[in-house]
Amino acid sequence: MAKGTVKIVVERCKACGFCVEFCPTKVLALSPAFNSKGYHPPHMVNPEKCSGCDLCGMYCPDFAIFGYKVGEKPAQKEAVHES
Amino acid sequence: MSEVDFECAECTNPVEPFLRSERMPHIWCPGCGIGTTVNCFTRALIDSKANLEKLVVVSGIGCTGRVAGYLKLDSFHTTHGRAIPFATGLKLANPKLTVVVYAGDGDLSAIGGNHLIHAARRNIDLKVICVNNLIYGMTGGQTAPTTPEHATTSTNPYGTFEPGFNLPHLVDAAGAVYVARWTTFHVRQVARSMQEAFKKKGFSFIEIISPCPTLYQRRNKMGDGLDAMKYYKQASKVKNGAPTGEVGLTKTGEIAVGKFVDRDRPDYRELMVHRFHESLGDEYVETGELVCS
Repeated sequence: MAKGTVKIVVERCKACGFCVEFCPTKVLALSPAFNSKGYHPPHMVNPEKCSGCDLCGMYCPDFAIFGYKVGEKPAQKEAVHES
Repeated sequence: MSEVDFECAECTNPVEPFLRSERMPHIWCPGCGIGTTVNCFTRALIDSKANLEKLVVVSGIGCTGRVAGYLKLDSFHTTHGRAIPFATGLKLANPKLTVVVYAGDGDLSAIGGNHLIHAARRNIDLKVICVNNLIYGMTGGQTAPTTPEHATTSTNPYGTFEPGFNLPHLVDAAGAVYVARWTTFHVRQVARSMQEAFKKKGFSFIEIISPCPTLYQRRNKMGDGLDAMKYYKQASKVKNGAPTGEVGLTKTGEIAVGKFVDRDRPDYRELMVHRFHESLGDEYVETGELVCS
């Protein structure tokens, strides 16, 4: 049973491949599908291996992916500052 | 069994509340490292529980300069090279603010080079984050002061022949109290370094080497952003406390990373207040914080 999972915003992805390359447990791969800009966003090929470490979220330059552990909400900023 | 088993609808990307999402997607190229540094910055803000009401992000012009526009914080996008002077004014008028300068290598060390040196010399309490992509990105790949020797750029098609700046050495010599260098591969270390810098009083400087796949890596036949990241992973060597004179960058050689300088010396305001008390005695009244109404 996987300890975590990732969420992907497909439309923001620019397919740089950072998440795929640096995932410590090799959960991700670039999918053959396209997003509307013509990039191949990642998808989970080994979802059971995901530890929810959020390293993909740290690397993603396009803010398109993040990981979280099962039953745990990712740390958030405490009060959203309204402009 | 699938990932749907523990779908968490209310879980959102930790970086999301810090972004002006109406401006997404950003203009940075695929494989550019600036977004990665923004992730590190927001994680550092969350982990250090920084008071966002007292935090300001100032940036100059360039690809990295756009960070101020994308962050949903009190941020200001200044003229070219003048991020540090603007931040200096902010900090002196409102000493309780935490002022972060987020700028690129060209903006900080070329156009605003003098400001960088003098802010470090005066030890003004600024947190300077320098995203160094070794080239002028937004204007078309001209040679920057940080471009390593032999790198091909649009203004040096036969290879750069001038020696580049070693930024940690420059700010260390000028008097910065905290100097670190990481690459975009070292995300956790960057976030930790930023947290350390938030706690430090004085001029803190964090250099983050970042890929510029469109102009630097492509022209130098070094692949794309991912290849640059693999190179950072393989070529970087942690040298905490290394003499900054020995950490210069070369085109394909080792990248010395780590925390090079961590020292304490009185900052500009402390010295100013001390001097005024000394010469004016009781006549001097500290103004404290300016309040905008």
